[in-house]
Amino acid sequence: MRVTTTVNGTEQSVDDVWPGESLLYVLRERMGLPGAKNACEQGECGSCTVYLDGEPVCACLVAAGQAIGREVVTVEGLADGERLHPVQEAFVECGAVQCGFCTPGLVVAAHDLLARVPSPSDLEIREALAGNLCRCTGYEKILDAVRLAATRQARP
Amino acid sequence: MSGQNGHPGRAMTDSTTTTVAPPVTGSGRIGDSPLRPDGTLKVTGEFAYASDLWHDEMCWGVTLRSPHPHARIAGIDITEALTVPGVWAVLTADDVPGDNAFGLEHADQPVLASEFVRYEGEPVALVAADHPETARRAAKKIRVDYEVLPAVTDPRRAMDPDAPAVHRPGNLVRHLKLRRGEVDPVAPVVVSLDFEVGMQDQAFLGPESGLAVPAEDGGVDLYVATQWLHVDQRQICLALGMPTEKVRLTLSGVGGAFGGREDLSVHVHACLLALRTGKPVKMSYGREESFFGHVHRHPAVMHYEFGAETDGTLVYAKSDVLLDGGAYASSTNAVVGNAGTLGLGPYRIPNVAVDAYGVFTNNPPCGAMRGFGCVQAAFAHEALMDELADAVGVDRVEIRQRNGMREGDRNITGQIIDSAAPVAELLQIVRDLPMPPPLDPSDIRALPGAVGNTTHGEGVRRGIGYSVTYKNVGFSEGFDDYSTARVRLEMTGGEAVATVHTAAAEVGQGLITVEQQICRTELGVERVVVHPKNTSVGSGGSTSASRQTYVTGGAVKAACEAVRAAVLERASMGLGRPAADLRLDGEKIVGTSGEVLASLGEVLGDDAVEETVEWHHRPTHAIDPETGQGDAHVQFAFSAHRAVVDVDVELGLVKVVALDTAQDVGRAINPDAVLGQIHGGSAQGMGLALMEEIIVTDGHVRNPSFTDYLIPTILDMPPMQVKVLEYADPHAPYGVRGVGEPPTISSGPAVAAAVRDATKKPLRRVPIRPEHITGT
Repeated sequence: MRVTTTVNGTEQSVDDVWPGESLLYVLRERMGLPGAKNACEQGECGSCTVYLDGEPVCACLVAAGQAIGREVVTVEGLADGERLHPVQEAFVECGAVQCGFCTPGLVVAAHDLLARVPSPSDLEIREALAGNLCRCTGYEKILDAVRLAATRQARP
Repeated sequence: MSGQNGHPGRAMTDSTTTTVAPPVTGSGRIGDSPLRPDGTLKVTGEFAYASDLWHDEMCWGVTLRSPHPHARIAGIDITEALTVPGVWAVLTADDVPGDNAFGLEHADQPVLASEFVRYEGEPVALVAADHPETARRAAKKIRVDYEVLPAVTDPRRAMDPDAPAVHRPGNLVRHLKLRRGEVDPVAPVVVSLDFEVGMQDQAFLGPESGLAVPAEDGGVDLYVATQWLHVDQRQICLALGMPTEKVRLTLSGVGGAFGGREDLSVHVHACLLALRTGKPVKMSYGREESFFGHVHRHPAVMHYEFGAETDGTLVYAKSDVLLDGGAYASSTNAVVGNAGTLGLGPYRIPNVAVDAYGVFTNNPPCGAMRGFGCVQAAFAHEALMDELADAVGVDRVEIRQRNGMREGDRNITGQIIDSAAPVAELLQIVRDLPMPPPLDPSDIRALPGAVGNTTHGEGVRRGIGYSVTYKNVGFSEGFDDYSTARVRLEMTGGEAVATVHTAAAEVGQGLITVEQQICRTELGVERVVVHPKNTSVGSGGSTSASRQTYVTGGAVKAACEAVRAAVLERASMGLGRPAADLRLDGEKIVGTSGEVLASLGEVLGDDAVEETVEWHHRPTHAIDPETGQGDAHVQFAFSAHRAVVDVDVELGLVKVVALDTAQDVGRAINPDAVLGQIHGGSAQGMGLALMEEIIVTDGHVRNPSFTDYLIPTILDMPPMQVKVLEYADPHAPYGVRGVGEPPTISSGPAVAAAVRDATKKPLRRVPIRPEHITGT
């Protein structure tokens, strides 16, 4: 099977995709984009969160074929060249990153939240990130990071 | 804050609920919180975890595992699997060239099962193929003829003399016997209880992964996520029958560890496949396989008894602790050591009788997990301390303060606590922290059940629980615990650059940041390069037992001091002044009154100064086999928690409203990272109290997935108030005290106590499930 999709603004085609492969596998193993992480294969942990046509999805739950002709944005596509997105910058600065395996998914999920809700309350942050498991941080500094990113984005 | 016991004390508070400004990072020396050097790579998705590795011509390895908890292997037929197109190799026990046995403390676990399988999930065969799905399908075509045998799955049954032996000669891994004081002490008040703790999983997010690359010299290079490269290397060499120089390991990105990467997983398997196929082989477990691919926290069955005066002062304590080690020894011996020597908590107890046992069963092997033997015991001693408080009518915090250890006391093995033991102070701090606001039924998101809309406040009761615990830091009972550091100083492009090289595993906790901070502090340079972690330098010891900042930190400090001495010696010759009169200050050599005598660049020229130091912490000693007495531990770390919960007593749903803590860290080398450890560790303890358990029925794991094994989400974790004390340990580098494990030990018992307080039910088992609360 050939899979052609737009990833981070660039059209990519890969051949010989086995129909059972997920979007996550194709991104990681065939397109050289290992940023989205494989941690549960069941859509429980959110580590593989990417945008599909602007909607955050668990890439492990999307069959590669479903992504044909659609637009994918991964964590690798959020920074503006060398300049980190404010969400990424805040995650680094607030200590929201330890092992970092959950981070790509959380960064995409927080990016999506702030695009929808520029100044979320703590309860809104918690609801929005409830699908992303982190085993290292206890989430305190992740909350700090989202609050900081929201504050910075609010500035013109 | 004034220090206790004459120690200079410093305290800092973190109020996280209002933070909007980034922390101040300072100049990147110790005591600052510089940014992690790998942070940017991790937020952009560019950091290479073990599961991200890729190599030209790479193929994929998979493992065939036993479906039975106990069986004899009558035969294995790989013929059909080998015919699958795309398959490069199928291996069984016959293909293990060296010893078909590995293990952290005892080499009792086969690389691939030969005659028997002893737990569900034990590796039996391996396949390498072009595509992981091809390998999985081929593995299903391997025919293993099993003769199923009776399984011993109850650790109490395993102790019976007539129980089937999982290994010869029998099922006892260790019996730790500890006796102190009077033989049959009596006390006016006696309380006792039975307590059980379920099997917890480390649940690190990055699954076990590695890439083995065959080398031209006939050896192999392994890139792997692990906690201790050199202990892996030793075991791999024995299994492969190769000398050390032919088996080279490099740490790849580690997605959390928490003890679950102390034992081998993909290591030998990937090397075997790579050496057989002559191709690079990647192995990466899925989540289900991960549950079978690493050891878990030992489940525990415990009986505790306290005898006390009528004012609550402890007269004696007895404990009987049974830990289910599962099918192989792993680190059960040492876990029993902790559950025995530390398992009565941070209390002064004159008369003690402890019996701690670890046994083999046909359950999944258990070994290291954060808190290591202290976690299980803490649930029992803290529940019983509440019982005692109620029995004598003394406040639950006050009774702990009254019995709490102080510096200079002897613990139950007779060892003197020779640095700060602020038990009473930690409890006072958490008691005095602001309480969360009262229950507000107007927003159901804050209630137990939340948007499940299960209650609007009716049937919800609030409870408060306290806990104080302690843990050893570093390896104990006579283990020669050390780390090696190589530090190099040179001029690059007109700037002084230090390179620090250790084999100590960075698993997310921030050791690489700490290594940089120590080099900046000791050498006065700004730029510090952290060399990739590999086996071309001496062992860094394990990233476990809360020991790396202490031990590898000590090694880096010592290596920096050696570099500094060498630089000054060099300067001394050029300047004609004794080295003792010279100091390295920034990038300058200065004299006794601070006058600049030379620049570092002038002294070094094009040369590099490099020193390698192996640094050992103070020796510890074996305990007496009959009495359990001895100086078993190098350092003790104390923490206290206060938990506040709202419980829907009709449905058994629990909402943790607050989880506040105080901990003595000796010296916070990186305060921000210290808080991160405390937050994350507390979450794991809370998880064990309320939700985390691997359900094992007749030796079969029932919930090997994140759908069925629950870990705390951001909705489950309450805001935390954290207070950190810094009472320097005079015996440790910079005064540091291990940080990582204490919060995991004291948080769970506080949560369990709060649920008991809310429900007025005994709740003698964790995790506490809804049906335990409702009785349905």
